[in-house]
Amino acid sequence: MSAVVEAETAPAVGGVSPGRRALRRYLSNRLAIVGTVIILALLVFCFVGPLLHHTNQTQPDIYADLNAAPGVDGHPLGTDDLGYDVLGRLMVGGQTSITIGLAAGILATVIGTIWGAVAGYVGGWVDVVMMRIVDAGIAIPATFLLLILSTITRPSIQLMILVLGAVSWLVPARLIRAESLSIKTREYVLAVRAVGGSHARTVVRHIVPNTIGTMIVNATFQVADAILLVAYVSFLGMGLQPPQTDWGAMLTRGITYTYSGAWWLIFPAGLCIVLTVCGFNFIGDGLRNVFDVRGRDL
Amino acid sequence: MNAAALTGDAVVAPGADLPGAAGPRPRAGWRTTYRWYLVKRLVQALVVVAIVTVIVFSLLHLAMPDGPGAGILGMQANAQQIDAFNHAHGYDLPVWRQYVNYLGQIARGDLGVSFKLNMPVSAAIAASLPKTLLLAALCMVIALVVALPMGIFQAVRRGRFADYALTALNFVVYSTPSFFLGLIVIIVFAQKLRWVPAIAPGGNVTVLQLLSDPRVLVLPVITGTLGIVATFSRYMRSATLDNLSEDYVRTARSKGTSRGRVIVRHVVRNSLTPVIAMLGYYLPVMFGGMLVVESLFNYPGMGLLFWRSAQQGDYPVLLGCILIIAIATVVGSLLADLLQAALDPRTRGALR
Repeated sequence: MSAVVEAETAPAVGGVSPGRRALRRYLSNRLAIVGTVIILALLVFCFVGPLLHHTNQTQPDIYADLNAAPGVDGHPLGTDDLGYDVLGRLMVGGQTSITIGLAAGILATVIGTIWGAVAGYVGGWVDVVMMRIVDAGIAIPATFLLLILSTITRPSIQLMILVLGAVSWLVPARLIRAESLSIKTREYVLAVRAVGGSHARTVVRHIVPNTIGTMIVNATFQVADAILLVAYVSFLGMGLQPPQTDWGAMLTRGITYTYSGAWWLIFPAGLCIVLTVCGFNFIGDGLRNVFDVRGRDL
Repeated sequence: MNAAALTGDAVVAPGADLPGAAGPRPRAGWRTTYRWYLVKRLVQALVVVAIVTVIVFSLLHLAMPDGPGAGILGMQANAQQIDAFNHAHGYDLPVWRQYVNYLGQIARGDLGVSFKLNMPVSAAIAASLPKTLLLAALCMVIALVVALPMGIFQAVRRGRFADYALTALNFVVYSTPSFFLGLIVIIVFAQKLRWVPAIAPGGNVTVLQLLSDPRVLVLPVITGTLGIVATFSRYMRSATLDNLSEDYVRTARSKGTSRGRVIVRHVVRNSLTPVIAMLGYYLPVMFGGMLVVESLFNYPGMGLLFWRSAQQGDYPVLLGCILIIAIATVVGSLLADLLQAALDPRTRGALR
């Protein structure tokens, strides 16, 4: 569909700028538009919402009923098992979930990009060793690793970012390595070497920037996966402790009340996770069309 | 089971990863190449498993720098007892000595003894792994039966409403944490509809006992299946799309072959190979997903064993489980690569 649009407008305008063409390709993916809207709405909800809906999220409302039904005592979504206002908690929890997800996703992409670019560029034994380490990491399911890690320390936001970044850089490393392998044989890389550019300069200034499409698309999917993983971390027993919370921690606490009919303890947090992860995946799918990279499905 | 998300990644075929893929080599006979390749891959597989043990070993040491004594003996134990325990089992040695001892031990095929269960780790795994495999196999078979036709259907209907709707649905399922999916399944099927009870199988049931009362399997299988459907229908869709744009499709169509016949006889057959090979790379994701499903439903497989052992710091069991998974994974990816090379001569070039 975008091809048709371009063909029609190109002669009239006298060429479409690359940025505009990219935007058009992005917008031609309907799911990508939906994803963008979802993420923007959720960001507003989490970060602007607390300004409109004032709640105390550091101390539970000791006068409120625990697990109060929605609508009681001015709690639009009721209260949770500690007496926190669920709607307000959803906003605060969302801030944590999204922050951790973004930071961990970006961290994973950075580690993976450097690792993959170096492995692919250097090649030979270094490459073999570096990639076998990646294979080994992939052979250990993340949930198993997280479960072991959960026995180590008290969870904190910083630790979760580090841990999630550390378990999810492997796939970007593989993708970027494959790309680095093909880029390093291009003329411009040979030219850099010929005029005396160092190896480090070649990797940092020429190989890495040319994988930008793969990086951005992958980073988006990484963020989506990281937000999912944040939820799993709580389920596996490494979740944040009150008064801190995230959507995964809220959902995990809610599991206890599955049979009590207290839907507001489970579904709002669960839906927020699904919406956010879905939103980032949709955006990633749209960006993939823009940058025309393959790599992963979903 | 959001499997892909669990490892933090979707499954990416390490196709470009094959050794020597880049450099030209003198042409040898296919069989010689194949044998050479096999030897190289087996060595690499061993290396990967060794690295896995290093990673897990260092992690466990990080988790329990003073040895597992305190966790195993419990609250009542005093410092002397803990020291005595750690000394008796060699946990007071330097880490590298412990590691070398462990390597020697697994080289003899001995995975050690579980302190909490008071039985050999191999026996504990042998008792629980078949149940995980049963669950995983059921999920996988059912998922593929649904996902493959769905992916083909979506590819054929690309860009139409049905494709969009199914893609969106897949994304939603893929984006749902599997334990949330499990909760929804419990609430819908056990609580509201009351079709099946959300009861957990008893602790020491055998596979046969599980099969004799299949009701306990229904909810875990549904939960596990949904995520795989989302992932594999995506794979199938994109594999089919790739093949649909190939020249041979146009050739067959221009010779007058009907569209349906081209799809069934040519496109589907060619698209199946990479998707089936994906199963090999999918193993760690599968195990990761089963861990969550098993702990949610209290299903007595290896995931639950690992979960309980992690809570109790039962060192040898943790190492043993991960070792088994790592071996399964390297074997799985090796088989996947070989299968692909055997079925699709075009991919053989990468082996040289």
